[in-house]
Amino acid sequence: MKFLLETWSAGARAGLLMFGELQLETPCLLMVTKKGLPAHITHDLLENVLPDAGALQISPIHFLESPPPSIVASVGGVHKLLSLQRRVVVGIARDSFGQEADGLNGTKFGAAFETSSGRRVVGPKKYMEAINALRPDLWATLPDEVPAWATTKRHRMSVDRTLRWLDDCLTLNAVQDNSVLGVVVGGSNVEERKRSAEATARRNVSGFSLGGFGLGEIPQERAALLKSTIAYLPEEKVRHVSGLGMPEEVLEGVAAGIDLFDSTYPHSLTMKGFAMTFPLWMEQQNGYHPLSEEEHAADMDLTKIDLHSAVHRCDVNPIVKGCKCYSCRKHTRAYIHHLLNVHEMLAQTLLDIHNYHHYFSFFRAIRTSIAMNKFQAFREWFMSRRRYIAGADAISSKQSDDLLVAKNVINHQIST
Amino acid sequence: MSARGLANMALQFEVLARHNLARASRLTLPHHVVQTPMFMPVGTQGVIKGITCDQLEDLGCQIILGNTYHLALRPGADLLEQIGGLHKFMNWPRALLTDSGGFQMVSLLHLANITEEGVTFQSPVDGTPMLLTPEESIQIQNKIGADIIMALDDVVKTTTTGPRVEEAMHRTIRWIDRCVAAHSRPTEQNLFAIVQGGLDQNLRAQCLKELVKRNLPGYAIGGLSGGEEKDSFWRIVAQCTAGLPEDKPRYVMGVGFPLDIVVCSALGADMYDCVYPTRTGRFGSALIPEGVLKLTNASMATDNRPLDPSCTCMVCKKYTRSYLHTIVTKEALGSQLVSYHNIAYMMKLSQDLHTSILEGRFPRFVQDFLQKQFPNGDVPKWVRSAMEVAEIDISMCCS
Repeated sequence: MKFLLETWSAGARAGLLMFGELQLETPCLLMVTKKGLPAHITHDLLENVLPDAGALQISPIHFLESPPPSIVASVGGVHKLLSLQRRVVVGIARDSFGQEADGLNGTKFGAAFETSSGRRVVGPKKYMEAINALRPDLWATLPDEVPAWATTKRHRMSVDRTLRWLDDCLTLNAVQDNSVLGVVVGGSNVEERKRSAEATARRNVSGFSLGGFGLGEIPQERAALLKSTIAYLPEEKVRHVSGLGMPEEVLEGVAAGIDLFDSTYPHSLTMKGFAMTFPLWMEQQNGYHPLSEEEHAADMDLTKIDLHSAVHRCDVNPIVKGCKCYSCRKHTRAYIHHLLNVHEMLAQTLLDIHNYHHYFSFFRAIRTSIAMNKFQAFREWFMSRRRYIAGADAISSKQSDDLLVAKNVINHQIST
Repeated sequence: MSARGLANMALQFEVLARHNLARASRLTLPHHVVQTPMFMPVGTQGVIKGITCDQLEDLGCQIILGNTYHLALRPGADLLEQIGGLHKFMNWPRALLTDSGGFQMVSLLHLANITEEGVTFQSPVDGTPMLLTPEESIQIQNKIGADIIMALDDVVKTTTTGPRVEEAMHRTIRWIDRCVAAHSRPTEQNLFAIVQGGLDQNLRAQCLKELVKRNLPGYAIGGLSGGEEKDSFWRIVAQCTAGLPEDKPRYVMGVGFPLDIVVCSALGADMYDCVYPTRTGRFGSALIPEGVLKLTNASMATDNRPLDPSCTCMVCKKYTRSYLHTIVTKEALGSQLVSYHNIAYMMKLSQDLHTSILEGRFPRFVQDFLQKQFPNGDVPKWVRSAMEVAEIDISMCCS
C-alpha cells in the first residue's frame, strides 16, 4: 500500500491511497457491508451503477462462524469468495450493522460484539484467524472501544488493552503484504488519547484508525478530541475513523485531517424510506443549485425527502433531477413510493443506490474543494444550509417526522 | 398464419419448427418479440422481488406477469392509467401479461363468492362489499396496458367435483363474450380466453369448442396446477393442446416445475407462469439440472462450488454454495440472489426448449433433461405416459 498526500486546504488533506493497480482518492467513503455484501446492492449492480464504490468495509466479526475462517481460507480470501478482485477491502472490527454493544462488556480476553448468536467475546487470536483467512487489503487491529462517558480508569484500561492487542495482532499477522491500521482510543480523556496516539505511532503500522467515536461523545467535544489525537500522529500516514457518519461529522473529520470514513448514514436513511437531496456544490453545477430566495425564506429542510409520503404518489420526477445514479435515471419517486408501500425489497435497493451515489458525490465535492483550496468555504456553505430541526437528522421523534412531512408538502407545493 | 380476425389482434404467432406436438415459435407482441416455449416470471406488484429491470433484461426475461388484483389495490388502476401504464410505471420495456384478478380473489379472500354477475368480495382495505365483473376486470387491465390480458373466468379448484365444475365451465363461456365486448384496446392488447372444465374431458371438449369459435388471439389452459393427480394433469393438457388452433399461442397457467414445463412443451404448449422459481429461491432452494439444491442444508457449509457449474448467471459466476449457505434466509440479499439464479435457470430452460426444437434435437434434449433429474432411471409413470403420447422415446432414461 502507498499513501500519497497531494493537496491541503485548512486542516484537510487530499491524497491517493494505492493498492497495486487500485487507487482510492481520499478523503474517501468506505461502503459498509454485512458479510461482505452491502445491505441491498448486489455486486453486479455495484459495478454498473456505482463505479465510485472503490472500497468496501468488512467486519471480521461477520466471518468468525458463518462462514468460518476455514471456508474463507479454502476459497483463497474474501476477494475470491465474493468476486471482489477489483475492489479494495478494508477490515474494521466495528460491526456497522450489528446492535451497538454498550461497549463496557469487553474483558481482558477480548472485545464484546453482539452477533445473531448472542454476545461474543473476541480476542486477538480469533480476530487474526479471520483476518488471515480474509486477506483484506487494509485492516485495523482489534480495539477495546468504550463509550466516551466511561470512567478515566476504564479509558486507561482500554488504552492498555488496545496496545496489547495491537501487538498481538501484529505478531499473529500471517500475510506480510497487507497493511495495518493501529487503533487509537482513549475516549473523551485528552491525556489518554495522547498516550494512545504516541504509543501506537511507535508501532510498525501503515496508518491509524481513530477508535471510540460515534459512541456517545458530546459533539462539541469531538473536534477537540480529534485534534488532540491527530496532533500526535505522523502526517504522512493514512487515518481512518468509524462512527463519524453524518455529513457535518464527516466535514469535521476532514477538517481534522482524516482520510477514510465508513458511514451508515446512507443506509439508515434508506431503512426509513428517505432519499438524500442536499445540494452538493456552492454554485449551480450539473443541475444542482443553491437555495433560492423563497426556499431560504421558507426555512425548509431540503436535505432529504420521505418517499413514504403520499405527496410522491403520482410524482414522475426522479429523486433528484440531474442525478446520474441508476435509480434517478431509470425510476420515479412514484414507483419507489409504491414499492415502499407494498413492502418490496427493490425499494431499499433503489434507495441505497441513490443514497450511496449521493454520498459518494458529497465526498467528491469535498475532494474538489480541497484541490481548489476552498475547503473552509465549502464547509461553511454546507453548514449554513443544514437545518437542524430538533433532532430531525436523528429521525427519532414523531414531532420531527410530522414536521418533515409538513415541510415536504410545502416543498411539493413550491415545486409544482 | 390465417387472415381471420386480424383486426382484433395485437400479436403475430409464427411456428418456426416442430417436433411432433412440440413447437418452437416466435410471438411478436407490441412491446417485444418472445421466443416460445417461454416461462414468465411473476412480478406480482409491479416488480420481481428485489430484481431491477436491468437485471431482468440481463437474465433474458422477455415477458413477465403482473397481478391485476394487487395492482388495482396498489398503486391503483387509475394511477397507472395516469402515468401511462404499467410498462412506464415500472420502466420495463419488454412484454407484460396481466391475469384477470379472479384467481387471486378467490384464493386470497375467504369471503369471495362467485355469482353470474362476477366475483363478490369484501374490500381488503375497509371491508365494504365489492364486485369484480368481467367488464371491470377488462377495464382495469386496459388501464394497466399489458401486451396480453386474461379473460375473467370462473375457476374452480381442481379437486372440486360435481355440478359446480360444469356450471363454472358454462359461465366462463358466457363471461368471455362480456370480456370481448368490454375490451377497448384490441389492437394494442391481446385478450386470451381460458379453457376450463376441471378434469372432465367432456366439459373440456365443450369449452374448447366454444372458445375457439370466439377466435381470440391466444388461449390459456386454466384450472390446473391445483394439487390434482399428475396423471390427470397431463391428459387435460394434451386434450387442450390438441383442441386449440395450431397457429395461436397456448399458455398453461400456474406451471411451474421444470419437469412439468418440459412435458407440457412436448405436448404442444408454449407459455407458462408460476411463482415457484422465485418463491423457492427466497427459501434458499436453488434450481439446478439435477433437481433442487437446498442451500440451508448443513452439507452446503463446506461446498465451495457454484450453485450450478454449467450456469453462466451472475450468481454462479460470483458466489459459492458455502457462502450462499451463510446468507440465505438470513440476509435480504441472500434470498434475492437465489431467486436471481432460479430465474436464470428458467430462462435457460426456455431457451433450450426453443432451440432444441428449432434445431431438430428436441428428443435428445428431453432425454438429457430426464437423465439428469432421474439418474437412477425412476422417471415417474405419468411422464412416461405423456411422452408416449408426445411420441418421444425416453426408454433409455427409464429403468
